[in-house]
Amino acid sequence: MTNMKYLLLRRITQITLLVLYFGANAYGWRMLSGTLSGSSVLGTIPLSDPFAVLQLLAAGAVLSFDVLLGAVIITLFYGIIGGRAFCSWVCPVNMVTDAAAWLRRKLYIDKIEHKVWVTRNLRYYMVVLALLVSFVSGLAAFEIISPITILNRGVIFGFGAGAGLLVAIFLFDLFVLKNGWCGHVCPLGGVHSLIGKYGLLEVEHNHDNCTLCMKCKDVCPEVQVLNMIGKRSEGVVKPECTNCGRCIDVCDDDALGFHLRNFLTK
Amino acid sequence: MGKQKPVISERRRFFTSVAHNAGLGVLGGLVWAGYADKAQSSPLTLRPPAALAEKEFLRTCIKCTLCAEACLNRPSNIDRETGRPRPATLKIAKANTNVTIGTPYFVAADVPCYMCDDIPCVPVCPTGALDIASVTNDKGELDYREMDMGLAVVDQNSCIAYWGIQCDACYRACPLLDEAIKLKYDRNDRTGKHAFLKPIVDMNVCTGCGLCEKACVTEKPSIFVHPREVALGRPGSHYVKGWDKKDQERVRDAKAIHTIDKRSEKKPVDYLNEGVSYD
Repeated sequence: MTNMKYLLLRRITQITLLVLYFGANAYGWRMLSGTLSGSSVLGTIPLSDPFAVLQLLAAGAVLSFDVLLGAVIITLFYGIIGGRAFCSWVCPVNMVTDAAAWLRRKLYIDKIEHKVWVTRNLRYYMVVLALLVSFVSGLAAFEIISPITILNRGVIFGFGAGAGLLVAIFLFDLFVLKNGWCGHVCPLGGVHSLIGKYGLLEVEHNHDNCTLCMKCKDVCPEVQVLNMIGKRSEGVVKPECTNCGRCIDVCDDDALGFHLRNFLTK
Repeated sequence: MGKQKPVISERRRFFTSVAHNAGLGVLGGLVWAGYADKAQSSPLTLRPPAALAEKEFLRTCIKCTLCAEACLNRPSNIDRETGRPRPATLKIAKANTNVTIGTPYFVAADVPCYMCDDIPCVPVCPTGALDIASVTNDKGELDYREMDMGLAVVDQNSCIAYWGIQCDACYRACPLLDEAIKLKYDRNDRTGKHAFLKPIVDMNVCTGCGLCEKACVTEKPSIFVHPREVALGRPGSHYVKGWDKKDQERVRDAKAIHTIDKRSEKKPVDYLNEGVSYD
């Protein structure tokens, strides 16, 4: 039985948030209402998705103070935590793509099928493109196709045809491109890479304990960030690391763990 | 002329890769922008109270759904018997409907807007897509009379009151009773002894709440709400009401335009008769 501490903690966080959002609508709970695009904590503290706000601004919106404050709060929160903590601990689509990645491993798809290569920088191009299309169309461009908010709203209000997009993403990750959506395409992941670049929390590798079993690389959704495994003792500094902690879970040798980044001695 | 591998210089590699990436970017952008164009709502969409004009609304709404949640959970919506909320007026658009995904709207024939005193859907909007100033009166209070979601339109061919059958369902359902919908009494010449009670909508009072559409007894409602953009015509600024002092103000400084050309030198009677022979 492999260790599932961080996996379980993440699922608990993700599902708790969805339950709170659901209850806010269905039962009038006040703890956390709205969606991941824009929320309200206890009916007073605004939270909003900084990428959505950027798109609205690109589309030419004149926004109220609340939504701007919400974006600042969220940016600071994830900026201080570091990594793409949103992606692996909050975003509900992570559960869909993790399921696809799990099934992909079980079916040995990477051993049987040809691998498709797509640059992982695609997400940053998607950020730029989303802002350009928002500017041209006067409509927040990613927000009309985002599977994240479709899943989020689906849980609260029912899915409708939006469920098709989630199935599509599952199939895309399963049969087309390994870690395709979260690891290559999603521009919100790109934005969170940039936000969390200088955060405190990071995974650190202890080379002396490593037995080169490579289990961490099997499960990592952003394999390129683990380039130091078996080579050097150092922290994961690449911004695409989602801080999901799955590598720490699967490591039997105590060669990986969360650490607070030390800015003073480096 | 043997088979020679083309030499690919670094420079060629660079320019090809730039063209490749730019081309993919343009391709993606075109598809995306094309979809964004299709994703705009139908012009018949009714938005929540205080919503900005459709174009502004779409670029400002962040799709947080707080308005719809406030609408559902407002105290006045709780069913006294079950203790549970009734279906909310505001719905959130799903994919592949004719309303932009994630944005709030309502369908008057399903659940109309009940024009709450405290307008709970508006103050929760974090972006200003629902503009609280537009439902605030001169005293600085929230005022449902300031709402403007659309305008009720009567189809006089289908409305049975216009046939002479007595029906005042819409008149009585209207929250602004005898203001937004008035009954016009006319003599029924067909019978010679009955009256018509014809509903007439006052466009300056009607908020577009849709209670009349919900109440209408005909199979498909004969009074229905459309956004004002759709429901109203526009005469154009060149028509001036000569009997309306306020409208006259618009043309106070207007100057008459006199076209002067060679023909103007003669009187019309003369130039019209020029060259006509009466033989």
